[in-house]
Amino acid sequence: MEVKEYIASGILELYVAGVLSEQENQEVADMVQKHPEIADEVSEIEAAILKLTAATAPVTNSTFSTIKEEFGNLSSTKAKVIPLQKKSNNWLTYTGWAAAVLLTGGLIWTMVQNNNLNTQLKSVELEKQQLEEQIYKSNTSLAETKKLNKTLRDKDILAIPLGGQTVSPYSYAKVYWNKNDNQVFVDVQGLPKPPAGKVYQVWSLKLNPLTPTSIGILDQFNEDENKVFALANGKENESEAFGITLEPEGGSETPTLEQLYTLGAV
Amino acid sequence: MTLEESIILFQKKDVKAFEYLYNTYKKSLLGVIFTIVKNDTIAEEILQDVFIKAWNSADSYNSSKGRFFTWMLNISRNAAIDKIRSKNFKNNKKNQHVDNFVDVIETYDNLDATTNSIGIKKFVDKLAEKCKEVIHLLYFKGYTQKEVSETLKMPIGTVKTRNRNCINELRNIVLN
Repeated sequence: MEVKEYIASGILELYVAGVLSEQENQEVADMVQKHPEIADEVSEIEAAILKLTAATAPVTNSTFSTIKEEFGNLSSTKAKVIPLQKKSNNWLTYTGWAAAVLLTGGLIWTMVQNNNLNTQLKSVELEKQQLEEQIYKSNTSLAETKKLNKTLRDKDILAIPLGGQTVSPYSYAKVYWNKNDNQVFVDVQGLPKPPAGKVYQVWSLKLNPLTPTSIGILDQFNEDENKVFALANGKENESEAFGITLEPEGGSETPTLEQLYTLGAV
Repeated sequence: MTLEESIILFQKKDVKAFEYLYNTYKKSLLGVIFTIVKNDTIAEEILQDVFIKAWNSADSYNSSKGRFFTWMLNISRNAAIDKIRSKNFKNNKKNQHVDNFVDVIETYDNLDATTNSIGIKKFVDKLAEKCKEVIHLLYFKGYTQKEVSETLKMPIGTVKTRNRNCINELRNIVLN
């Protein structure tokens, strides 16, 4: 009700006309903020006044560009008055851009350098790892060699050379037999690499009558670098000769004498 | 862009917003100025000055003290009144053969035909003499309620209600 009375009083029409005191203007502005109906009313009054006043306008060629030209003149006068500042601004701008470009270039260069160094570092690490492995392997094989040497030089060791037979006349091997602990070392460096699906088998032989006893299969022939294998000889086994035959994978119960590679008597 | 948005942008010196406001109010303000100075070349010059002044003093507009249109209306009326009071202008009175906006609408044949001039003409034809005078003094000359009351020898409260009735009639014709 209060709002309707306020609208009907005619104060809004005077507000749009701009003929109220500052205090009255503030009051109306507050009412407009509070009541949307009052805001709508003011908009409609203004729209009506806009149409009425526009109806009294003569035909005009004025466009906004006329005013923009005026601003253009103002700004160009300014530029003429302070050319030094304008120049220094440009200089600063160019320097700024140049610095930005240099910085970007520098950053990219640094990134590339960093990448290269990282790659180099990786390959160096890899090399180092490989060297370490080699050293480790060398150490291991040195230790093994020393151990082997020591074993073979033992005073109780009996060395039996095995000569090549019909199948492979140039083959040779050696058996080192420690009678005390019944251990046998076979050095088979002089044997050819066995064909796929075949293994060397070592036999201990009694001659009268001829009785072969298997003391081991050299299934690690290809993997072992020293080509020296430790085998156990039977305790009661009074070996009189040692022989090496080529057998199918897994070994055989009795030696295939056609494939006797080396043989040697004690 | 709404009116409120463009006014805020205009105060931040946004040229696009200023152009929008210029196109919205150009004709109305030119009409008010022309009704006062009664010379279309001079009216256009004043209109241009008014918009440049508005741009340069955009900061001084405060929406809590009135409508943006009202602010522009005041600047325009003041600029036009300053002009007719200047010596230059007083020596050149040959254009001053019209008295108020009704005369402008009825007697000028170079008015902008794109506005709803037919509807407005119907309105002013029917308008009571007292209504014409009140509207002219309040909107085109910026007289206060008290000044109108004194000029028209009318009780001060009557100015307000009569004006309200006149504007209601105007709204019925031009907005519906």
